[in-house]
Amino acid sequence: MPLFEARGVTKRFGGLTALHGVDFALERGIASIIGPNGAGKTTLFNVFTGLYVPDEGSVTFRGQALLGLRPDQITTLGVCRTFQNIRLFANMTAVENVLVGMNSRITLGLWDVLSHNRRFRRSESDLAARALGLLDRVGLQANANVVARNLPYGDRRRLELARALASEPALLLLDEPTAGMTQGEAGSLMRLLRGLVADLELAIILIEHNMRVVMEVSDRVTVLDHGEKIAEGSPREVQASPRVIEAYLGRRGAAPRGARGA
Amino acid sequence: MTQTLLSMGLMAASALGVATFPRSVLIFLLFQGSLVFVYRARIPELLRWSLLVVALLVLMPVIGYFNGYYLEVATQVGIFVVLALGLNIVVGLAGLLDLGYVAFFAVGAYSWAIFGSPHANIIFGGGFPLAGGWFYPFLLVGLCTAAVTGILLGLPVLRLHGDYLAIVTLGFGEVIRVLANNLDKPINLTNGPKGITPISRPPTPLGLPYGEYFYFLVLLLVVVVVIVNRRLEDSHIGRAWEAIREDELAARAMGVPLVRMKLMAFACGASFAGVMGVLFSAKQIFINPESFTFLESIGVLAMVILGGMGSIPGAILGATVVTVLNLQVLKGFSLWLNELKNAGVTVLGYSLADLPTQFEPAKYERMVFGVILVLMMIFRPQGIFPARRRQRELTTPGG
Repeated sequence: MPLFEARGVTKRFGGLTALHGVDFALERGIASIIGPNGAGKTTLFNVFTGLYVPDEGSVTFRGQALLGLRPDQITTLGVCRTFQNIRLFANMTAVENVLVGMNSRITLGLWDVLSHNRRFRRSESDLAARALGLLDRVGLQANANVVARNLPYGDRRRLELARALASEPALLLLDEPTAGMTQGEAGSLMRLLRGLVADLELAIILIEHNMRVVMEVSDRVTVLDHGEKIAEGSPREVQASPRVIEAYLGRRGAAPRGARGA
Repeated sequence: MTQTLLSMGLMAASALGVATFPRSVLIFLLFQGSLVFVYRARIPELLRWSLLVVALLVLMPVIGYFNGYYLEVATQVGIFVVLALGLNIVVGLAGLLDLGYVAFFAVGAYSWAIFGSPHANIIFGGGFPLAGGWFYPFLLVGLCTAAVTGILLGLPVLRLHGDYLAIVTLGFGEVIRVLANNLDKPINLTNGPKGITPISRPPTPLGLPYGEYFYFLVLLLVVVVVIVNRRLEDSHIGRAWEAIREDELAARAMGVPLVRMKLMAFACGASFAGVMGVLFSAKQIFINPESFTFLESIGVLAMVILGGMGSIPGAILGATVVTVLNLQVLKGFSLWLNELKNAGVTVLGYSLADLPTQFEPAKYERMVFGVILVLMMIFRPQGIFPARRRQRELTTPGG
């Protein structure tokens, strides 16, 4: 049984079919979803995380059906995500952002909070330590008390990653994590992701436009176009697929190597 | 060092001043200002808090002995501080704009007014009013009733944001007032516009006069509410509320249970107002729907915004400023001008006695208030004491 599996996911917005019978499965490691703009990649993420309810199809995580669950319940089960257009809590500090990510792991009740009992105090100091640890991991410890809105762009992306990690996910969905980063920054982020996969036994689904990153880091690549899966396989296989080349470069596309520049 | 001397001197001098000239509003304002100064001054924490405690526990009641009205003002300030702190949870932390907040205050007030007065006999036959001692359990009853009302309001508005939420809560506030106005038929629950009186008061300990008694009780409740507020704010609950305010969708995706947290915010905010409502009805002896108008809700909201949304010291200061402005400054200015008129003072050859009555400052209360709000929004939109991000201790974790 795969860790995560989607079958025949179809999502329509009025007359537009954003996703058309998409199958997707992930056992472990890093899988990438690529495709031209408007191919339905982010829509697929929104279905996976419960923000959209698909019209057809099923999504299961560790054998449990995710459809019909609320986003916070899905996060509690161990699926967390980042957003394409960074959605941090702008007026909260970096460490507070990460602490919110831990919300689903906190079992304290109202009484614990109001009475400030030992359980509460221990939990709070554990959380703070873990949050700072996560910030350290993504290289933001020095900025822990900076309000998220004031962080530079690249740091905000990395903070979003730390916030998602805070929910202790088994599956992490990253929506264009290297957008706007230089090639060097993107490279170091990918090394970080590789490390996370190794250390935390984390599986990652990546939406990415930076083809060099995708081809380097992915174990498998899925290509979407107009809401349909047009290719799937190892990076090498996908690069060689005529349909992929056609989707990216048009019908009279050049040599297969051209896909790398898309 | 200078600040230490200055804060102690200012407080002592102004307190002495009030005792010497108990009718001077200006000196009482100076006393209030000295409290703010002490709160902000760069002095040792221990000194700061002992000064504030002495001022509120000792000086204020003594001032009240010289001029009972000042104690009444302080009590009213306390009531509004609690209301502002409650609304601060809903609006400031969770970002849910609530324009009908006074409804919860009304619910609390009516819950004690009905059972703490002979009025309940009309509904249940006999055996009322409840003895004054029941007032204390009813503080809890008011809390729970208001919290439940808060959840009932929250349920239908969960999907609404911003403007839409504001409109619905505004309507809700009006519904409660209209209900209070009209529930005298078929069963007389609220006695309609005539209101309910006399409402029982609890027996006071140590034979304390009611002025002092309610002052101390309000002060105690303010302290409790501040502590509760701070603890909520510094917990995962407060962070979840702030996350909802910042980005609802991201908060959901990060595992914040939206429905539960929103209902909790409504319930917590409402419960503070409920407790204060119970106290208010006992203090006033008489309540009617006129005490719970839309303008009251707006007033409390103005306190929160003026002080600084999401900030506890801000809510306290905002409540104080607005209440004192309404009760003392504008009325005091009016009185002063009247005295000048009666004395036949002339300014630049113009006799003040000829001033039309329409120019009485008391009649411009709301306008002056509005101008202040507009100026605040232009020059200091974040409020007087904006919410400060708390620094977390940067302990180095192993990892």
